[in-house]
Amino acid sequence: MAIETTDLTRISEYEWRIDPFGEMRVPAILYADEALIRDMDEKVFEQARNVAMLPGIVRASYAMPDAHWGYGFPIGGVAAFDAEAGGVVSAGGVGFDISCGVRTMLTDVETPRIRRQQRELAEALFRKVPAGVGSHGAIRLSLEEMDDMLSGGAEWAVRSGWGERRDLERIEEHGCMKGGNPACISDKAKTRQRPEMGTLGSGNHYLEVQEVAEVFDKAAAEAFGLTPGRIVVTIHCGSRGLGHQVGTEFLAEMAVAAKEQGIALPDRELACAKINSEVGQRYLGAMWAAINCALANREIIGHFAREVFDEIFPGARLDLIYDVSHNTCKIERHVIDGQEKSLFVHRKGATRAFGPGHPDLPAGLKEIGQPVLIGGSMGTGSYVLAGTVTSEDRAFSSACHGAGRRMSRHQALKSWQGRQVIDDLAAKGIIIRSRSSRGVAEEAPGAYKDVTAVVDATERAGLARKVVRLVPLVCIKG
Amino acid sequence: MPPLSPSSEAAARAAAWEHFPHGADVGVRGYGSTKAEAFEQAAVALTAVLTPLERVRRLESVDLEAAGPDDEILLVQWLNALVYEMATRGMLFGAFRVTIEGDRLHATATGEAVDIERHEPAVEIKGATLTAVRVAQIPNGRWLAQSVLDV
Repeated sequence: MAIETTDLTRISEYEWRIDPFGEMRVPAILYADEALIRDMDEKVFEQARNVAMLPGIVRASYAMPDAHWGYGFPIGGVAAFDAEAGGVVSAGGVGFDISCGVRTMLTDVETPRIRRQQRELAEALFRKVPAGVGSHGAIRLSLEEMDDMLSGGAEWAVRSGWGERRDLERIEEHGCMKGGNPACISDKAKTRQRPEMGTLGSGNHYLEVQEVAEVFDKAAAEAFGLTPGRIVVTIHCGSRGLGHQVGTEFLAEMAVAAKEQGIALPDRELACAKINSEVGQRYLGAMWAAINCALANREIIGHFAREVFDEIFPGARLDLIYDVSHNTCKIERHVIDGQEKSLFVHRKGATRAFGPGHPDLPAGLKEIGQPVLIGGSMGTGSYVLAGTVTSEDRAFSSACHGAGRRMSRHQALKSWQGRQVIDDLAAKGIIIRSRSSRGVAEEAPGAYKDVTAVVDATERAGLARKVVRLVPLVCIKG
Repeated sequence: MPPLSPSSEAAARAAAWEHFPHGADVGVRGYGSTKAEAFEQAAVALTAVLTPLERVRRLESVDLEAAGPDDEILLVQWLNALVYEMATRGMLFGAFRVTIEGDRLHATATGEAVDIERHEPAVEIKGATLTAVRVAQIPNGRWLAQSVLDV
């Protein structure tokens, strides 16, 4: 057991609490079943506690059921800060892959047709969507276009001919993060992004064609269009080189700024600055612009997927169900002690999960709650969940984001060979296309935790509810 | 600092590098008789995350600079300067020459353009982090420089 359960107070079967001690300003709360808690690295416990020490933190430092050892924050960490109470914004808390996220699009092409042309579809998607290290896209933005993209997000992409206007209401922030300020982004970050617009990236990023394998909540599944056997395209990627560069630059700057602002950091990776400081404001402008970069990137890749489907299945539709972001800090209204407040909510490897009735949800989703898209590993499948009303009180309407790694890349590489992983999955009817067999080995299904255990705990903790399970047919791996 | 493993001890005696595991990613550690040499070896370890070193030919050199108020930030800035050059030039580097003067670092990195077929790069490095970052003289008088990479 990595975490001593004796250090934790068990609040319910799925909620564990570390009472404040030492420099902790608030408790740390972990949502998970006992098996997941026992499996968590002790670093999760330490990192959740460290986050609880940051100035201006409100209510608690939270960890989702898929929490694992991250950078400063645990991956699967959620924390909200009050600017008026000296609260901070943390570049470490958002991380390097700003607004990395998932979108799922529903197609009207019937399953037998997809299965008949599965290989052809895989090849066409692999050709069309640049993936992996050193792969560059065909899109080259001028500096002026880059700035428009950084303020406009997916809305800019649609305006520029990549995507459809009806997509926008199905994206967080309606496709455009307000406050994104291109002037806060360095020339280096813009240069790094130039060849990377419309690319998937590598690591755990992917594009999958998936089939609805199991329905848990019929009403919600129907509202999302996810009836048994339906096919979707799911895209997992983020803000590419621009986000990485913004994260890199502000991490170093905030490590210095925190010291100057008298903030004692229990871990340098928690690099942060007061929200109401020059650095803090400049980071917010840059990070929100990087969110727009991620939203635009996923909209463009979604457009590429539409082009491929239209080529192979003429007239095929791909309707966006929803697009969620994982690594963000956003201003949200939450009720604290009976009073509504604006808080800066950090989600690091966690998904926003607004429940039914939330004012930000569009008409078609308001009654059901926000779709929460959970990526599993290559072979095991993914889940679609829906936000719940109870999630608001649990963790500021947040849920898990994926399976979470069970072992390091290092260890995975020793355990599997890429070719074998591809062959094993092929035997199960899953086509993997990747330029790097080593990359495939590092992302082997066995390197991840059981996504089912994570979503079950998420549901039972009241963070979100299960709607459907998806199984992959094609995976384009970065 | 935890005791070094036997392989780490062997590495620590020479200019050498190794990887160490991090939950989701990978750590790079360089050893050298000077701080600059340890920084060079950490960079070698960074390349080895992407591709076997022997596959990187030394055809082209690039000059780099980095600065940081302390050794740890300087190391992270150095590795991130490399990540930036690799991303924007589409290159991999196999050999490094580093000099450190106060809070500034000058370096020459030598390598070649990425060849997807030949190098089969495993993963893109997003950046070097301050997680488990450490720059120190170890008991045998040699230097160690390490950081966890976000990949």
